Amino acid sequence: MGEIRFDDVGRIYGDRNGGFEALKGVNLAIADKEFMAVVGPSGCGKTTCLRFVAGFDRPTSGTVSVDGVRVASPGPDRAVVFQQFALMPWKTVRENIELGLRNKRLPRPERAERIERILALMNLTAYADAFPHQLSGGMQQRVSIARAYVLDPEVLLMDEPFGALDAQTRVVMQEELVRLARRNPRTVMFITHAVEEAVYLADRVAIMARQPGRVKEIVDIRTIREAERWDDHEKIEDVMDLESFVHLRTQIWRSLREEKAMEIA
Amino acid sequence: MRILCATNSLLLGLIGFSAFLGIWALLSISGLVPSLFLPSPLAVVERFIYLLDHRFAGGTLLDHLWASMLRFAGGFGLAVAVGVPLGLLMGWFRLLDDIVTPLFDAVRFIAPIAWVPFAALWFGTGIGGPIMIIFAGAFPPCLINAYRGAKFADPRLIEAARMLGTPDRRVITEVLLPSAVPSIIAGLRISAGLGWQSLVGAELIVASTGIGYMMVQGQGNVSTTTVMAGMIGIGIIGLIIDVVLRQAENAILRRRGLSA
Repeated sequence: MGEIRFDDVGRIYGDRNGGFEALKGVNLAIADKEFMAVVGPSGCGKTTCLRFVAGFDRPTSGTVSVDGVRVASPGPDRAVVFQQFALMPWKTVRENIELGLRNKRLPRPERAERIERILALMNLTAYADAFPHQLSGGMQQRVSIARAYVLDPEVLLMDEPFGALDAQTRVVMQEELVRLARRNPRTVMFITHAVEEAVYLADRVAIMARQPGRVKEIVDIRTIREAERWDDHEKIEDVMDLESFVHLRTQIWRSLREEKAMEIA
Repeated sequence: MRILCATNSLLLGLIGFSAFLGIWALLSISGLVPSLFLPSPLAVVERFIYLLDHRFAGGTLLDHLWASMLRFAGGFGLAVAVGVPLGLLMGWFRLLDDIVTPLFDAVRFIAPIAWVPFAALWFGTGIGGPIMIIFAGAFPPCLINAYRGAKFADPRLIEAARMLGTPDRRVITEVLLPSAVPSIIAGLRISAGLGWQSLVGAELIVASTGIGYMMVQGQGNVSTTTVMAGMIGIGIIGLIIDVVLRQAENAILRRRGLSA
């Protein structure tokens, strides 16, 4: 289980009278094992929403809950993949992945076995004893994803995980994530500002608006993806050429552009 | 390129030393300054070698240095053992920070030597008193650097540790301490320097062994060469301490992928 719910969530910075209202009336339900991408202009509060689910931050009104339980603090049932990787620079790849398992007090043989499995899955076996700074950005993000996945979390929270990667690496990582997500589905909340990425990866895309931040529209991708059999294509560019993909992308673009236009006006 | 730079800086360092020795030698040879006021480098080196295996003020130069180093190890070790954990805790617990910082900021401006009367009164002139004075000198940098290291630990790493299920108090050992290590090592270098200086200062006043004591006895016997031999001993030991700590610092920074 891993159902995420935002019920009338608001966040005000500063005092309640003259404060800045970052989020207002956010309502969103992410079903168990659903991959939800959240797109929106910068400053719309999408990262803040993710931080609520992670337990790093709290709304000033409304509730954020996972499986009906209000989120109170961070925990390994809600693993986070950060844009800037946030790997411990003094730990090797293996030690970084191991920290969460050690906290779960798993016996050493089981830890070792799970680490080997995830290293193999993420093509990291050869780098198990390297330090993060010896790896490229793409590799570091792979470690960060492995660190989250190895915990077998109900919920995966990804905050622009590919935002710091170059275009080629990004494509490879997107393809890998799709494979991982289809093989081993989790409830995923995936923040991005890249529309293609959202359409390619997600079951549904939530579009946020700003001032104050709120969910403006939710676009269903999965029905079309399955009907048009996107997953039969191995390469991202083949999917991106499909008419159905282009159509959805354009629809989301338009919705976002309205936001931009309002901003300028 | 790197090797070239290393030899270059070594060369420049040697030039500095040679110039210093040259001016010193010229001054003493020229006779402008009486040899009692400024003994020649050669006389000091002779005295230094002589003191290595001849007793003066109760022991050879090495005996005195050894006594001093034991005290130093005690005071410095105590400063590290108390200062580093306290600094880390202050960097984590706001309440502790608020309680300790004002007091600490006031006390740390008292020169270590100012503690001499109380150190002698409370802990005697044997090993306890000097240890307290070294502690007074070495403690502040240990605490400050551990504190700053913990305070400025990357908040994302703390969040990462917490989402991985690290209990609150273990975040200190898993994230704050390792994050603070470069800062702590830099603090240890300052701390060792101040501790070593405080030690010799303390021994000049209270102690019946040690390099500082030997120098005071030298002064009493109007043996300026003994005083200078002592100064050289102090310098050499200080240099060794710093080189060791710097090596440790470089090794750690290299491991982290930070340029050393």
